[in-house]
Amino acid sequence: MKPITRLLRSRHGALLVLALVLAALPLVLPNAFYVDVAIRIALNAVVVIALNLLMGYTGQISLGHAGFYGLGAYASAALTTHFNWPPLLALAAGACATALLAWVLARPILRLKGHTLAMATLGLGIIISIVINNEQQFTGGPDGMAVPSFEVLGKAVTGETGWYAVAALMLLLMTWLALNLIDSPVGRALQAIHGSEIAARVAGVDTTRFKVRVFVLSAVVASIAGSVSAHYIGFITPGMAGFFHSIELVTMVVVGGMASVFGSILGAALLTVLPQLLQAFEGWEVVVFGVILMATMIFLPRGLVPSISLRLKGGRA
Amino acid sequence: MLAQFLQFLFSGLTVGSAYALAALGFTIIYNTSGVINFAQGEFIMLGGMLAALLSGAGVPLALAIVIAVVVTCAIGLVMEKVVIEPAQNAQVVTLIIITIGASLTIRGLVQIWLGKGTHSLAPFSGDTPLVLLGASLLPQSLWVLGVSLGLVAALAWFFGRTLLGKAMLATSHNRLAAQLVGINTRRVLLLSFGLAALLGAVGGILVAPITYTAYDAGIMLGLKGFVAAVLGGLGGGVGAVAGGLILGIAEAMTAGYISSSYKDAVPFVLILLILFFMPRGLFGAKSAERV
Amino acid sequence: MFQTALKQSIVLAAMAFASSLAVAADPIKIGSVLSVSGPAAFLGEPELKTLQLYVEKINAEGGVLGRKLELVHYDDGSDAAKANSFTKRLIESDKVDVLIGGTTTGATMAMAPLVDKASLPFISLAGAVVVIDPVKKWVFKTPHTDRMAAEKVFEDMKKRGISKVGLLSETSGFGASGRKETQAVAAKYGITLVADETYGPKDTDITAQLTRIKSVPGVQAVFVFGLGQGPAVVTKNYGQLGMTALPMYQSHGVASDEYLKLSGKAAEGVRLPTPALLIADALPGGDAQKAVVTGYDKTYKDKYKVDPSTFGGYALDALNLSVDAIKRAGGTDREKVRAALENTKGFVGTTGVFNMTAANHMGLDLSAFRMVEVKNGDWVQLK
Repeated sequence: MKPITRLLRSRHGALLVLALVLAALPLVLPNAFYVDVAIRIALNAVVVIALNLLMGYTGQISLGHAGFYGLGAYASAALTTHFNWPPLLALAAGACATALLAWVLARPILRLKGHTLAMATLGLGIIISIVINNEQQFTGGPDGMAVPSFEVLGKAVTGETGWYAVAALMLLLMTWLALNLIDSPVGRALQAIHGSEIAARVAGVDTTRFKVRVFVLSAVVASIAGSVSAHYIGFITPGMAGFFHSIELVTMVVVGGMASVFGSILGAALLTVLPQLLQAFEGWEVVVFGVILMATMIFLPRGLVPSISLRLKGGRA
Repeated sequence: MLAQFLQFLFSGLTVGSAYALAALGFTIIYNTSGVINFAQGEFIMLGGMLAALLSGAGVPLALAIVIAVVVTCAIGLVMEKVVIEPAQNAQVVTLIIITIGASLTIRGLVQIWLGKGTHSLAPFSGDTPLVLLGASLLPQSLWVLGVSLGLVAALAWFFGRTLLGKAMLATSHNRLAAQLVGINTRRVLLLSFGLAALLGAVGGILVAPITYTAYDAGIMLGLKGFVAAVLGGLGGGVGAVAGGLILGIAEAMTAGYISSSYKDAVPFVLILLILFFMPRGLFGAKSAERV
Repeated sequence: MFQTALKQSIVLAAMAFASSLAVAADPIKIGSVLSVSGPAAFLGEPELKTLQLYVEKINAEGGVLGRKLELVHYDDGSDAAKANSFTKRLIESDKVDVLIGGTTTGATMAMAPLVDKASLPFISLAGAVVVIDPVKKWVFKTPHTDRMAAEKVFEDMKKRGISKVGLLSETSGFGASGRKETQAVAAKYGITLVADETYGPKDTDITAQLTRIKSVPGVQAVFVFGLGQGPAVVTKNYGQLGMTALPMYQSHGVASDEYLKLSGKAAEGVRLPTPALLIADALPGGDAQKAVVTGYDKTYKDKYKVDPSTFGGYALDALNLSVDAIKRAGGTDREKVRAALENTKGFVGTTGVFNMTAANHMGLDLSAFRMVEVKNGDWVQLK
């Protein structure tokens, strides 16, 4: 096989292509609004890739991940606003707090399966959003709160180009991390757990430890993405931690393709752009969105990227 | 003191019966197909909305109710045929997304065709509250409670004594075996959706006089009904009703004695605790996982 | 066949000529981000319908300064993050001249930093006082603030000798902000809040909270701060618990006939502050706002066959204020329009009479609120 083909087929090749696309994108986008959409896609994709590690590879459902996202966002906002912490420190604190919460709850939650797991994660996410909604002195309550700008070593990140660089870097980093994880013994253990937890245990895999670690990892990534998004948008509301946002994230995972890192990026892109496109359907946006969801899941049950790549390889979806 | 406690209890029973009816719908569909139907809340909303609008347009109440129930049931059947059946062998998460898509579509269509306003339905036997030991209870609450219990009894008879009901039970225990003995499992699935839609619609109509109805009435009710169903173990009617009532009473007691701002967190804290210590729910069957 | 081709080319030529006439001058672009779907939809929908109706009407009457108005609107689905994104779209892609919107306070606050950066005049349709206090250079608003509602209610309570009040507020943005403002101004009117309960916007039964308020010794009245169906459920439960002897005050969030329809008999005796639109027909002939509100009432009813709501009125005022400012500024130069808005004096709208200054970007005072009471199932203005 020619070296260039080998490079493109490998995991490094995919990463290279992604880096090139991300670098070239700002040059073709017409104005700052499009760059704004691209930034949001990138930040969403970071969370979706992490969630996919949990859902697609390890086979655990989480209907509450927006809760972790919201925790990160509000930690950043509250600590920088009320206590004047530097943004990076607040972000780290948010991530640590989320890691702690996820770690403590992971064991009891991950003992559950199927719909009971869905229910437990759903409940967790909603409890977090209710607490955020009620503790008004710290969180500004249901009307939300403003978030100061993101400053690193005295220099603030402003403007769409600056933030685009941050978001693109985060996406590259997360993609690299995920691809490496999947190809490692850890990744194989996770897929074994997905295939059959009992068989994996019989084969000597410490399933609980792996499940807990993936859960905590995905929670921490969500928290960091939440913190960064909070600084970027400049204003957050409890809705970020709510049930609908959790469902949106799960939808991005499933539509893009479970157990597919690039599927996650595609899913995030599609579902971030869709509301913008649907504005043309005045009044019918919700209906069209619902129909698209159903149609995608019925005709491409494995999600877009896996189904398309199967087609390309000559198989049936 | 007693009057206050009773008031909270009645409030809990009223709300709880609404949750119980929602939970019944979830349980039936889950049992026959393993699908968690996120559109169950919309069936409840449809029943209430259609009845309220028809009755507001002058149709006599009884007729409005019948039409609303029939139409919602039909929508449930259509949903199963068009959306669930083609996706039969998909993963749990895929089916969840499909039902979420269905619930968005139904809600969106109602938003467009029936409007975004709030509507009320006339109470079945008047508005005058009954006063018992210092606490007041709306006659409509008795209707909700009574009909719920009646429905549970009817369902028990249906599943236990009729051939069709037993066929549905058989399908829920083991679909392959049911097919082998000649049961048309596809029709059973279709019927289970119709039945769940019917139950949802009846629930929506019963509580509409107390709670009002709007295009988004289904969201919270559906969510809490789901919690109640899991609480009850997603097993049988008794579990669903018990789950709903317990949930309602817990909420009311929290609002009454502890804090009203955290009342909405109660169902979810409760479910987390129950699932941590009793993963099968309160009344769930103990089953072994087969390899 | 030749004749068909000839006919077609004549039609085409005519169309081209007509369209070239229409594109004589650039349209004035009015951007808007409203919550037409989601939990705040019952606020956003009348706002959008009003804007669409009146943009059409103004264009039919010749436009503004010889230019047509063009409405570019997006639905944020009651999500503040989306409101932020759509505002960027309006500023960068659609290049609008004026921004009207932000149905909810959350959406408005998410949009405000962007209009400041882009130097774009923005008229918000949200209720909380935080929108204009502290004053933001480019942000204005038309609805009364929640603080004003609390003050108007407390004024009336003081007249009746009420000093111990139980507060029941909604956990939504409107209710939470209203609760904060109510707590802040209570002392000024000699009012003590002896109870502070909350309920959720979609709650189906609020008897528990009312029972708690009922049992507080010495409570003289209940003040409910909410929007939509929640307050109607509260009112119904009020009747069920036999509490109607205790005076109930509501906020302007329920200044609508829908509230009366839903609450039924239990609403008898309820008092609340409302913009004049609600009692348009009952206003005396000499009232400054009579012409404007009855005009809106009729125009909206003719087109949509339903009564207009006070929320739609906020949007109408925002549109008319913008048009008035553009006329006075002689064009769409942003700083000139902003300055003109700031200098609005004596502008009669549906919400009240606006007098803006550099320090006051809302321009209404307590007289813009009318105190009404429900008598025999209808609104009666109190003197």
